[in-house]
This record gives sequence, C-alpha cells and structure tokens, in this order.
Amino acid sequence: MFIAVSLAILITMGLALARALMGPTTYDRIAAVNMFGTKTVLLIAVLAFLSGRTDLLDIALVYALINFMGVVAALKLVTQGDFHSSVKDRTKKAETE
Amino acid sequence: MIIDILSWICLFAGGVLGIIGGIGIHRFPDFYSRLHAAGITDTLSAMLILLGLGLQAGLSLATFKLALIFIFLFFTSPTASHALANAALHSGLKPRVDMENGKAKS
Repeated sequence: MFIAVSLAILITMGLALARALMGPTTYDRIAAVNMFGTKTVLLIAVLAFLSGRTDLLDIALVYALINFMGVVAALKLVTQGDFHSSVKDRTKKAETE
Repeated sequence: MIIDILSWICLFAGGVLGIIGGIGIHRFPDFYSRLHAAGITDTLSAMLILLGLGLQAGLSLATFKLALIFIFLFFTSPTASHALANAALHSGLKPRVDMENGKAKS
C-alpha cells in the first residue's frame, strides 16, 4: 500500500516535471518546481515508512525548509534581477522612474 | 484495525488528490489556473498523506517529526503560492479571459 502511494506521488512528480520543461513563462516553471519539491518531501516521508527507517523523516523536514527558501530566492531573482536589493531600494527606483 | 483502515483511506485520498493536481498543472490553459490547481491540491494532499503516515506510526518520535513537516507545509505552501501569484501579477502577466463582449475568444 505504501508502494501504491509512492507510485501516485511519482506520477504527480512526472506531470509537474513535464510542465516545468514545457512551461511558457518562467512563473509556470517555478510553480511546477515548487510542486515537485513538495511532492519530494512527501515521497521521502513515504519511503521512510516503506523501508522502516524513520530517521529519513529528518531529511524530509530539511528538504521542506530548503524547498521554500529556494522558491522564494528564485522568485526574487526573477522579479528583481538580483538577490541583494531590498524593498526600500525597489520603491526608491520606482519613484525615480 | 479501524486506525489502519482510516490511515489507508487518508493515504489513498492523498495520492489521488496529488494525481488530480498533477493533471491540473499539466492541462490547464493559463498560469493562474495552473497555480490554482497546484496550490489547492498540494496542501490538502500533503496533509492527508502525512496524517495517514502519522496514524500508521502511532504515538512516537516519528509522529512528532511528521507533525513538524505538517505544520511547516501548512504555512509555507500557501505562502509560496501567494508569492508566485503576486510576482506574476506585478510583472504584468495578465490572466487569460475567454469571454469578450459576450463572444468566446479563442
């Protein structure tokens, strides 16, 4: 039964990966990668129970943290063009424009 | 026995919801509708699968870790969806509108 659930998660990951490769806009790709990451967390959690080694849940937890950071960082890079500009810089730039 | 059945139901529903979300993100025509499909099913399927696993584990350290993952996904998944939609809207990506003057636009 754990195998069925992990297969379902793998199918979902494949569909999300297809959208990440096809996606017409960058945001489509980021949304698909976000979904892929969430499903990876779930897959690791299910595999931990499938193999009976529940230590793997720590890795799932760390992956959830890194996935969120990665998505937000990628969004910031796409929308602002760099990692270091703050919101204050952006409003100043908008005022001068 | 009843807990076992409940946990299988949760895991099965979570897997099915995940596949539905995958089909949604693959087939919907527009970025915002794709984000809608992905965002909604992501949160619920993650919750159901983690709940099913927690019921399997019983009361132990594994359940606590699952609860941590659950809480974290519960807060970050909608936040990531909101940030994505916000960034796309501010960058000028228009939602696709099919009806114009009462006539369907291709």
